[in-house]
Amino acid sequence: MSALTSLNGVRWIRENLFSSFGNTALTLFGLAVVWLVLVPAIDWALVRAVWSGDSREVCLDPAAGACWPYIEARLGQIVYGFYDKAARWRVDIVFVLGAIGIAWLMLPRLPSKWLVAALLLTVYPIIVFVLLSGGIFGLDVVPTSRWGGLLLTLLVAATGIVTSLPIGIALALARQSDLPVIKWMAIAFIEIVRGVPLITLLFMASNLLPLFLPDGMTADKLVRALVAFSLFSSAYMAEVVRGGLQAIPRGQTEAAHALGLGYWTVTGLIVLPQALRLVIPGIVNTFIGLFKDTTLISIIGFFDLLGVIQSGNADPDWATPNTAFTGYIFVGAVFWAFCFGLSRYAGAVETRLAHADRGQK
Amino acid sequence: MIVASVVVLLVATAQENIAKQRIATGFGFFDDEANFAIIQTLIPYSETSSYARALLVGLLNTLLVAALGIALASVIGFTVGIARLSPNWLVARLAAIYVETLRNVPLLLQLFFWYFAVLRALPRPAASLSIGDAVFLNNRGLFVPALSFDGMAWLAPIVLVMMVLASRVVSTRTRAGTRWLDRWPRAGLIAFGVVSAAGILAFTVRAEVPALTGFSFQGGVRVIPELMALVIGLSTYTAAFIAEIVRAGIQGVAKGQHEAAQSLGLSRWQTLRLVVMPQALRIIVPPLTSQYLNLTKNSSLGTAIAYPDLVHVFAGTALNQTGQAVEILTVTMVIYLTLSLLTAAAMNWYNSRLRLQER
Repeated sequence: MSALTSLNGVRWIRENLFSSFGNTALTLFGLAVVWLVLVPAIDWALVRAVWSGDSREVCLDPAAGACWPYIEARLGQIVYGFYDKAARWRVDIVFVLGAIGIAWLMLPRLPSKWLVAALLLTVYPIIVFVLLSGGIFGLDVVPTSRWGGLLLTLLVAATGIVTSLPIGIALALARQSDLPVIKWMAIAFIEIVRGVPLITLLFMASNLLPLFLPDGMTADKLVRALVAFSLFSSAYMAEVVRGGLQAIPRGQTEAAHALGLGYWTVTGLIVLPQALRLVIPGIVNTFIGLFKDTTLISIIGFFDLLGVIQSGNADPDWATPNTAFTGYIFVGAVFWAFCFGLSRYAGAVETRLAHADRGQK
Repeated sequence: MIVASVVVLLVATAQENIAKQRIATGFGFFDDEANFAIIQTLIPYSETSSYARALLVGLLNTLLVAALGIALASVIGFTVGIARLSPNWLVARLAAIYVETLRNVPLLLQLFFWYFAVLRALPRPAASLSIGDAVFLNNRGLFVPALSFDGMAWLAPIVLVMMVLASRVVSTRTRAGTRWLDRWPRAGLIAFGVVSAAGILAFTVRAEVPALTGFSFQGGVRVIPELMALVIGLSTYTAAFIAEIVRAGIQGVAKGQHEAAQSLGLSRWQTLRLVVMPQALRIIVPPLTSQYLNLTKNSSLGTAIAYPDLVHVFAGTALNQTGQAVEILTVTMVIYLTLSLLTAAAMNWYNSRLRLQER
């Protein structure tokens, strides 16, 4: 049995890796890449890495690889930013509640999804706001300038994701409207926002928006950034949704109208459910893009996940040749896990929906 | 009506606020002296130049990084995309790892990685990495020889073009002949063209090799680390997306096309180049356009690593000095919008040329 498997193995190797002269050359090239890039990378991150210690001294050995004690020392900041240490339990509650809610929605078996979704979109944001900013129920006030790290990254991403879908749908519908004013305003908004870099919109939010507010009315810097971020993601979402709307055959709308249904009923019950289902991959891709784009708020002075590590890398207490590499690799791995997980989950949902469709027919 | 009144109200508030904060208005500041230095200028610029000049310098730097990034991203993207479909298991796997790693990590993080980790870790100028003592790489940047051309250098490309044209004429004459010998006159003409052009260049071009003097290099061309990090980061990141587009495009070509081409005796490479790619391009070009646009817009992230692009020079330094946020941000956004629309228009034109000619 084992002789047979090893024979099959040899045959597989011959057919897939050394079938011809060109193929052999490619394989050798691939092996060179593995040897020169992947092996040293793993060697650096795991084998030669320093795993424990409490100061930079342990990482100063010239042969040392990644300096993981640095991440350990910074973990508090990486997760909470500069949030008051005594109040970090409030952030923990926010994280746990959010994780339970999202896990509930993602696991197919669990019941009453609509209720949980409704709670997540209405009650949960209020809880988050109260817990994070404080000021009532005897909770100390924590100004938004102290929020940071993973907390801020997730907050910005979640706000962008939650607001972009409804605004994006509204914009996409407006773009198809029969009223020229609404249509052209939607087109202008979408195309302008999509045509400029996000960073200019964030600059606008931090420099320009205050000028447009009347006296005595000030908006928190974080709120302004969130507004810019939401508008930006809505414009991209609008284009994704429009793709779905255009894929729905005209006959669907006409048939619904013939049954005597009005615009809102037709849109809400016939067109949108089908259109959104078609563009699930596009929606998830937009979410992933958004999640990555949250890092841009570090440019306008916030300490999100990237901002925190960027300031940590400059800390002389941890200055070693490997500090910057370790910091970036760690944050990169966190982002990678979120984005890759999201795209894999979306792939699974897509397959499930496709199977469900086939089952019905 | 509602919209119009809201706009009027906002403008009125803004005017009041601007007047209160004593910020100048209008575009008069364009002619004022900029009073700041820029580390990379493609056109003559000094601290006494005007803000308008600074804007132009920043715009040219943005265009430079976009052009380099697009070229490099296309090369890497097409290579990786084709590699993902390779029958060679190892190569296909490595291409997949490349795509899944790079596109799931934020671009800004990758730029920081290249700039603050990789390029900072390069040796000091005295210990530069060098290729043949002509190209030097260190933590101050990449130093390459500067080429200067003498009077007669223009003859070289002309000779080359003439020989290529001549070979075209010869080859149309001998098109009927497919025997190997018939290709000789053509190859000979091209070879003659290449050799004589190289000869002319050898006598007319002088390379000024950078040399270490004191703590840095003198002479040659210096590519600043900011530009290197930005081009590497932008192109490797965008290439991951282009690779997926190319893969989808190739997979979108009907399988029968592959099989027919192979049964005609074309090799795998010929099949790809002559049969599959021309058809795949029709699928590839529209999403490729938006990737090029994304790259151009993403080049604005260079501001975070202090690359003097449009955003850094104009919406950064100039904005901080003048405080005229309304004018400066409007101009910046209009420029990006124009770039986007121009690229889209050019690509649409190219796309319409590629389209199937239906009768």
